[in-house]
Amino acid sequence: MNRHDEFIQTFTILGRDFSRAGSVSTEIKEILQEIGVPSSIIRRVAIASYEAEMNVVMYAQKGELTLTLNPETIKIEVEDEGQGIEDIELAMQEGYSTATEEMREMGFGAGMGLPNIKKNAHIFIITSSPGVGTYLKMIFYLDEERAA
Amino acid sequence: MTLQQIKELLQAEVIFGDHYLDREITFAGGSDLMSDVLAFGQPGILLLTGLTNLQSVRTADIIEAKAIIYVRGKKPDAQTIKFAREKNIPILSTPLTMYEACGILYQAGLPGVGSLRPTTTSNE
Ligand SMILES: Nc1ncnc2c1ncn2[C@@H]1O[C@H](COP(=O)(O)OP(=O)(O)O)[C@@H](O)[C@H]1O
Ligand SMILES: [Mg+2]
Repeated sequence: MNRHDEFIQTFTILGRDFSRAGSVSTEIKEILQEIGVPSSIIRRVAIASYEAEMNVVMYAQKGELTLTLNPETIKIEVEDEGQGIEDIELAMQEGYSTATEEMREMGFGAGMGLPNIKKNAHIFIITSSPGVGTYLKMIFYLDEERAA
Repeated sequence: MTLQQIKELLQAEVIFGDHYLDREITFAGGSDLMSDVLAFGQPGILLLTGLTNLQSVRTADIIEAKAIIYVRGKKPDAQTIKFAREKNIPILSTPLTMYEACGILYQAGLPGVGSLRPTTTSNE
């Protein structure tokens, strides 16, 4: 814990490393379970971070996921170095995907990842520089009443 | 119905979780696309899938599935079985296709996720 009761932890995600893909999200889920976050919120966070993690594995060289907890919110930031996204509006559409056959065989690449993230996060921000990388910020309120 | 009954209906083999066969299953869903499963899955679901990699168990864990049935006789590798054991998720394999397996369970009275919508009620 550092200032203002904040807990921050950073995880590294390696691009193309399909054998470890998803392990960061599994770890985050375990951390949130341990500190007693309501299971409905854990689900939201785990689904969104899993999709974001898979995107780094599939489309970037490497990335960093940062989990920030305070008494009111859970913040997940994912920053990667990679090809970036040319047209974010297009990428956000359900069904739009540039995934390869290999990625689809992994069970991903249905073009549902970013829409799934948007649906689960209470606040979702995405920015990208083609050829440089992509940045995602997701905020989840611990008090779902307040989020509604 | 119990996982034991589902095992019999689908002529399935238990790959991990013999001691979980008394788990009560109230609804199911099937897909090979993990993003779809993440989108429609609800806690307690029985997941039917043809995808046997580690991602299938990670996805099941994230949506809090009660068990996984692999269709068309598929079986996961040792690493995936180990992860299922860590996460206490029983896994079974049926020789039936996705269509047949889902059809049999549905006919036997096991509904889909639609049964969870507040407007409908289901009797087990
Ligand atoms: N981190 C990323 N870096 C580069 N491109 C990305 C990234 N995330 C998503 N994209 C692009 O956006 C598209 C849609 O992403 P998504 O909704 O997660 O669906 P999917 O991963 O199934 O294709 C991807 O196919 C890819 O072209
Ligand atoms: Mg994706």
